[in-house]
Amino acid sequence: MSTSARAGTRARGLWLGVGAFALVAAAQAWAIASSPADRDMAHLQKIMYVHVPAAWNMMIAFFVVAIASLRYLWKGQERDDLLAASAAESGTILTGLTLVLGMIWAKPTWGIWWTWDPRLTSTAVLFFLYVGYLILRAFVDDPDRRAQWSAAVGLLGALNVPIVYMSVRWWRTLHQVQSSPQTLDSSFTVGLRLNAIAMMVVLVFFIRHRYETARMEREAELLQERAALGGRGGING
Amino acid sequence: MRDEGRRILAIVWKDLTTERRSKAGINAVAFMGILVLLLFGFAVGPDTNTLRAAAAGALWLAILFSGVLAFNRSYQLELDGGALESLLLYPGARWAIFIGKLIANLVFVLIVEAIVIPVAFILYQVALPPGWATLLAVTLLGTIGFVTLGTFYSAMSSRSRAREVLLPLLLFPMLIPVLLAAVEASTSLMGGDPMREAGAWVRLLGAFDIIFLVATTLAFEYVIEV
Repeated sequence: MSTSARAGTRARGLWLGVGAFALVAAAQAWAIASSPADRDMAHLQKIMYVHVPAAWNMMIAFFVVAIASLRYLWKGQERDDLLAASAAESGTILTGLTLVLGMIWAKPTWGIWWTWDPRLTSTAVLFFLYVGYLILRAFVDDPDRRAQWSAAVGLLGALNVPIVYMSVRWWRTLHQVQSSPQTLDSSFTVGLRLNAIAMMVVLVFFIRHRYETARMEREAELLQERAALGGRGGING
Repeated sequence: MRDEGRRILAIVWKDLTTERRSKAGINAVAFMGILVLLLFGFAVGPDTNTLRAAAAGALWLAILFSGVLAFNRSYQLELDGGALESLLLYPGARWAIFIGKLIANLVFVLIVEAIVIPVAFILYQVALPPGWATLLAVTLLGTIGFVTLGTFYSAMSSRSRAREVLLPLLLFPMLIPVLLAAVEASTSLMGGDPMREAGAWVRLLGAFDIIFLVATTLAFEYVIEV
């Protein structure tokens, strides 16, 4: 990519970021202003507008990881590997956010920070699965090896997601009803949907931004390799 | 197919012979398992009923922690002598290497279990339950799932930096379904299975084993060739 083209990409990325966060601020303001105080939780319920969109979008991010990993194993193109890594990092951040926000919500409503509920447990497992994935990437230096290994781990991890979700459901039958447009009063759903879309734009911005960074890191790695081989692109360069 | 069978057997034979000649591996790993059982006992306290209730969980954790020591060793022995490259250069399917390593690891962990499980029964004062044959089957199924994932992930972690840290970080979250099903089935059977719920867990465990066995055998090609 040429320098001017890269500057253009970065400018577009910057505007996407500004737009994404402005959209989140607007969606939050609208949701908070328009929804009435909840019957049981009063204004504590407002945390739903960040918690639930984060949870939904983390699933989207991990879905992208699985698809990009599969594509990498199939076609062997580096950009799929970088896309999987970017989505995994963004998804892990959203999972962490979901867990922390959930705990903040759980303390005043359930009286405890943590309970071994299937939804909580499976989300925590998901978080550690993808932390493992990111650590694997950090500990392998050879790019081809890193790409191939993390694609395999990403796919196997994705396979585990539904299994963990179902197994903890089978394990403990006690299960709280979760927030979704079906279980919510209509005065809350529009705000929730709006925030989910805003958060998705943030996710797209995160993945895109991380992807551009990953590309630059790869180029820096290649330049270092060339320098080590005598400054001219290897034996044939 | 017959050739692959012979390759698998050759790898199993080679790995087990190496272990038999050194013996240090089995002893250290079994000792580690017993140590975890002891530590867990101290953590739970001397109350007999609490100990009995925690026995299955403690036993499976002891097997997990000691087993992890074994998996990295399995590839480390190949790497030390530069033997992995030669192994990969031989004609034949890569999955045969995986299955060979898997069976060798399985035998290794089963021997360790033969030492650790009786100790667990004594330390945690669990009487031999009437359904002990089913309990053996559960142990075997749980071990197959554990060893399958362990053999797969150690193929990567043993060839990366900081391998001692990486293997448990990759392996343990993946193991949770197997661990859950194995612990639930074992707890139920150790208590005499009054609710007749062990059967469902055993079937689930069998399903996990098949899913993970197929997925890792297919994916092994991608992690070993680079």
